[in-house]
Amino acid sequence: MATPTLLQGEQTARRTTVFMKILMASTGALFVFYVLMHMYGNLKIFFGYQAFDEYAEHLREMLTPILPHTGFLWLFRVLLILSLFVHAYAAFTLWSRANGARPQRYAVKSAAKGAARSKMMRWGGVALLAFLVFHLVQFTIAKVNFNGNFTAAQLGDSTGKLVIASFQLWWVVLIYVVAMVALGMHLFHGVWSGAQTLGLTDSAASRRLAHATAHVVAGVVVIGFLLPPLAILFGLVK
Amino acid sequence: MNLTLNIWRQDGPEAPGRMVTYQLADVSGDMSFLEMLDVLNESLITKGEEPIAFDSDCREGICGMCGLMISGNAHGPVTTTTCQLHMREFHDGDSITIEPWRADAFPMIKDLVVDRSSFDRIIQAGGFISANTGSAPEAHSVPVEKRKADRAFEAAACIGCGACVAACPNASAMLFMGAKVTHLGELPQGQPERYARVVKMVAQHDHEGFGGCTNTGACADACPKEIPLDVINTLNRDLRGALGRGR
Amino acid sequence: MSETIPTPGTPLAADAAASVDGGLVHGLYRDGDKIADTAAPAGPIDKKWTTRKFEAHLVNPANRRKLSVIIVGTGLAGGAAAATLGEAGYHVKSFCYQDSPRRAHSIAAQGGINAAKNYKEDGDSTHRLFYDTVKGGDYRSRETNVYRLAEVSANIIDQCVAQGVPFAREYGGLLDNRSFGGVQVSRTFYARGQTGQQLLIGAYQALERQVAAGTVTSYTRHEMLELVVVDGRARGIIARDMVTGEIQTHLADVVVLATGGYGNVFFLSTNAMGSNVTAGWRAHRKGAYFGNPCYTQIHPTCIPVSGDHQSKLTLMSESLRNDGRIWVPKRREDCEKDPRDIPEEDRDYYLERIYPSFGNLVPRDIASRQAKNVCDEGRGVGPKVGDFRRGVYLDFTDALKRMSAEAVGEKYGNLLDMYHRITGDNPYEVPMRIYPAVHYTMGGLWVDYDLQSNVPGLFVTGEANFSDHGANRLGASALMQGLADGYFVLPNTIRDYLSHAPYPAVSEDHPAVVEARDAVQRRVDTLLSINGERTVDSFHKELGHIMWEYCGMERSEEGLRKGIDLIRSLRAEFWRNVRVLGAADTLNQSLEKAGRVADFLELGELMCIDALHRRESCGGHFRAESQTEDGEALRHDDGYLYVAAWEFGGSPDGGDTGIPILHKEDLVYQAIELKQRSYK
Repeated sequence: MATPTLLQGEQTARRTTVFMKILMASTGALFVFYVLMHMYGNLKIFFGYQAFDEYAEHLREMLTPILPHTGFLWLFRVLLILSLFVHAYAAFTLWSRANGARPQRYAVKSAAKGAARSKMMRWGGVALLAFLVFHLVQFTIAKVNFNGNFTAAQLGDSTGKLVIASFQLWWVVLIYVVAMVALGMHLFHGVWSGAQTLGLTDSAASRRLAHATAHVVAGVVVIGFLLPPLAILFGLVK
Repeated sequence: MNLTLNIWRQDGPEAPGRMVTYQLADVSGDMSFLEMLDVLNESLITKGEEPIAFDSDCREGICGMCGLMISGNAHGPVTTTTCQLHMREFHDGDSITIEPWRADAFPMIKDLVVDRSSFDRIIQAGGFISANTGSAPEAHSVPVEKRKADRAFEAAACIGCGACVAACPNASAMLFMGAKVTHLGELPQGQPERYARVVKMVAQHDHEGFGGCTNTGACADACPKEIPLDVINTLNRDLRGALGRGR
Repeated sequence: MSETIPTPGTPLAADAAASVDGGLVHGLYRDGDKIADTAAPAGPIDKKWTTRKFEAHLVNPANRRKLSVIIVGTGLAGGAAAATLGEAGYHVKSFCYQDSPRRAHSIAAQGGINAAKNYKEDGDSTHRLFYDTVKGGDYRSRETNVYRLAEVSANIIDQCVAQGVPFAREYGGLLDNRSFGGVQVSRTFYARGQTGQQLLIGAYQALERQVAAGTVTSYTRHEMLELVVVDGRARGIIARDMVTGEIQTHLADVVVLATGGYGNVFFLSTNAMGSNVTAGWRAHRKGAYFGNPCYTQIHPTCIPVSGDHQSKLTLMSESLRNDGRIWVPKRREDCEKDPRDIPEEDRDYYLERIYPSFGNLVPRDIASRQAKNVCDEGRGVGPKVGDFRRGVYLDFTDALKRMSAEAVGEKYGNLLDMYHRITGDNPYEVPMRIYPAVHYTMGGLWVDYDLQSNVPGLFVTGEANFSDHGANRLGASALMQGLADGYFVLPNTIRDYLSHAPYPAVSEDHPAVVEARDAVQRRVDTLLSINGERTVDSFHKELGHIMWEYCGMERSEEGLRKGIDLIRSLRAEFWRNVRVLGAADTLNQSLEKAGRVADFLELGELMCIDALHRRESCGGHFRAESQTEDGEALRHDDGYLYVAAWEFGGSPDGGDTGIPILHKEDLVYQAIELKQRSYK
């Protein structure tokens, strides 16, 4: 419940909801960069699982010998995990705040388009979080193979082979299609929203640019990520 | 035309509220929405029922006192204030649901009347330029670039009605605040306090219990004065500027 | 007419014409002693304000926080005064009936604010603004006050710009000006059509800044219902918290009323729904004189009434008359026709016919009165409201042919859109309909040069005082007066009064305080207990009809007498038959309205009496008995060159209004020569 009082003394920007939004936007920007790189790496599968595995190995070798083997990768992973934590924490905080900001709902649902968009971001974000766990378990942490046509010995420690084996299953592809559509929608609003939150959209031209960028990023990511699974499912990559 | 009206009735802040249905006949398209409610109230009084409380004052769309949620739309289906909405926008046989602005930071007073003093406190926190009476320099001593003057004016058109909060899925008041930050921040007179202002206002906004912004744009769509969404961008940018200046 | 200044001792025509019977003039009022403004210092007119500011005593900054000021109303006059006195360090309590100070009706002013900056180098000066304002007021304002208004006008613009008021600017970044209201210099500063809004928000922000600083306490949704007078001085108010219904006592060293005009006595006006006379009227009942109550301004270009449901009227800028042509059908039977089907020869462009040289651009009062005349003849257009059609056409057909729709849209687009939204008719296709409406009251509580009423410690600013506008207000002058009073005049003059403070402490159980509080409580209880048959609005509407019919644009002794009788019986019925539902201890909008209408029912009678006694046509109002051979307004400087300041004649704490007592303040023009207006 709000208290009808005027705050006294100095206030700091770091404790405002807008700062929280800026955190979300900055971490979101990092994810957009990461997702684009990830998508680019995935396309290596079209040159065979060897190319894919070489690329993956190369990531582990980055900045050696300044850093030890997998050093860069782990630094990046830590950064991503921290960012994910911040992004999700800010999102859940703002979400619960928004719920508290309107304890008594309207009898007639708001006709404004905004309500749907907000819901989409939040539930879409939750769905993406769940997918992320599944995805990491599947390909990074446990390297789970669901395809009975391949034995563990056949796959060896090649992630490329595991990818090909996994996406020969229609239901795995389906999970990824759903997840990528969710990701696309998240980016579609998120990229524009992040630009606005970072204060980059103060002219008509910059607003148009931000909207266009959001469309392009969302489209490129969805198509780029779904090309390999679909190609594998339809036997174009073996 | 004949209308069915579902109206929120609540005797006081602590009393339970409920939707009550009224039938109203012979509504003229020339009536404003509030005049339609006046007619309903006159008939209620005649029947011995207490009239429905709702806020309005200038009824010219400028004071910002009126504001109703009309079938899910803040100020109704067209871009204007409730007082300037006319019944010709509706049709015979329509059923209209009328609710108050709903937000934790707008506590209920009675029926369709809520307390928007949180807006005043946001202004108290920093929505001003400190210029004591008598201390002003000659008006022409500081020219203002026309583009900036126009943008300041566009933002200054805000009437403080609260439709942005009412329409926002998060009950956020960022459009209201962004309008003031933009109005004052675009002008040379507003520069000295620019970064302190945005921090204080946003802190008070959060303290009042408004939600955070998710850039849905529902506020700008509902705004009767068509304040553009980019004032929120300006607010965000100024807050980022404040961060960079160690505030 | 006469251009001479009457010398003291000359018998006044008013007295000669009036019938005195049993001490009662016209059977309605008593003559009281003459009064005069003693606050203005001696010396040439352009030195008076400097002298007054110097002579006004100072208050030590350390003492200011011990001195308390109550300011009722948060419009330009009240908001600016509260902010300024707060900055000075006084302890200020600010009251408004709205939910926020930002909603005061000053916000609705469209056109602009005058200031003698002479940025256009077109011959403007303080003296010219002063001259135009006195002349525009038809020589019924006090010249010392008006001169000061013109003098401080330039400071207002500086102050507002420093606060961030977004006035219109030219490409070079400097402030733009336009000419407004028929004056020949460009001295009007504006912010598109929202000048009042921007100025008010400036004052509001300054006020809220002081609330944060702790110098001003803001009481919103509070309505002043009584003035507390202790030992002859105004010492506080009784207010009702409109949310909880609590009757509160607020005491202070001085009380300022900045409560706006009383145009809502006509029910339909361009005022806000809540605008009322209660604060001023309660002060009047406690002894404050009411100056020139009958001076009302009626604006010719408002959107007409569309039916009985109408709750208020909307004004459109009179600039529309620059390109629109005003007409009605020549024959009554054509009034129902589609105007586009009425051929040119069957139309009566009556302003162009009667005033060939000024045509559609005749002053506001004439345009208004002639519209009423043609409608009274049965030639009005639009829907029938009652027995008459109340509207005349304002036709842009010729302008559209001459200029193109785009050019018309560029010039008048927002006005035409507003008309379209409210009426549903597209002015680009069908002629608009307009009709005059009440939108400003020049009358108000009588004040001296210090803006102090005859009750010591009661100051009155802005539209609430009888003001600087005489019998007619020029466009863009109301905003100027509100801010001049609030920012620059009152803070200087109230200082002198406060320099003698603190006044003896008054406790809440002082008999005068208890009496005032009990009177308010009694009134609330009475209103809630009558439980009659009629709604408050029905009384208000009926009062409005009476006022409009008999005390509106054209007045006659016969009509006014009838109006007075009707008001008296309506007031009696009100107290017998009004129905106010609900409780006292909650938000109760019917109760609020009932109190306001009760006061309007008393004010209306005084307005009629004032109008009846002033047997001259002057400024915005036309007196049927005082016209030239060709029906033009005829002013009588030999008989009426004075302010009529009315003293309440009844018992202050209740009961009826009694017999009002007229005090005359002679108007002396030393810096300006009296002239008669002419439009032929």
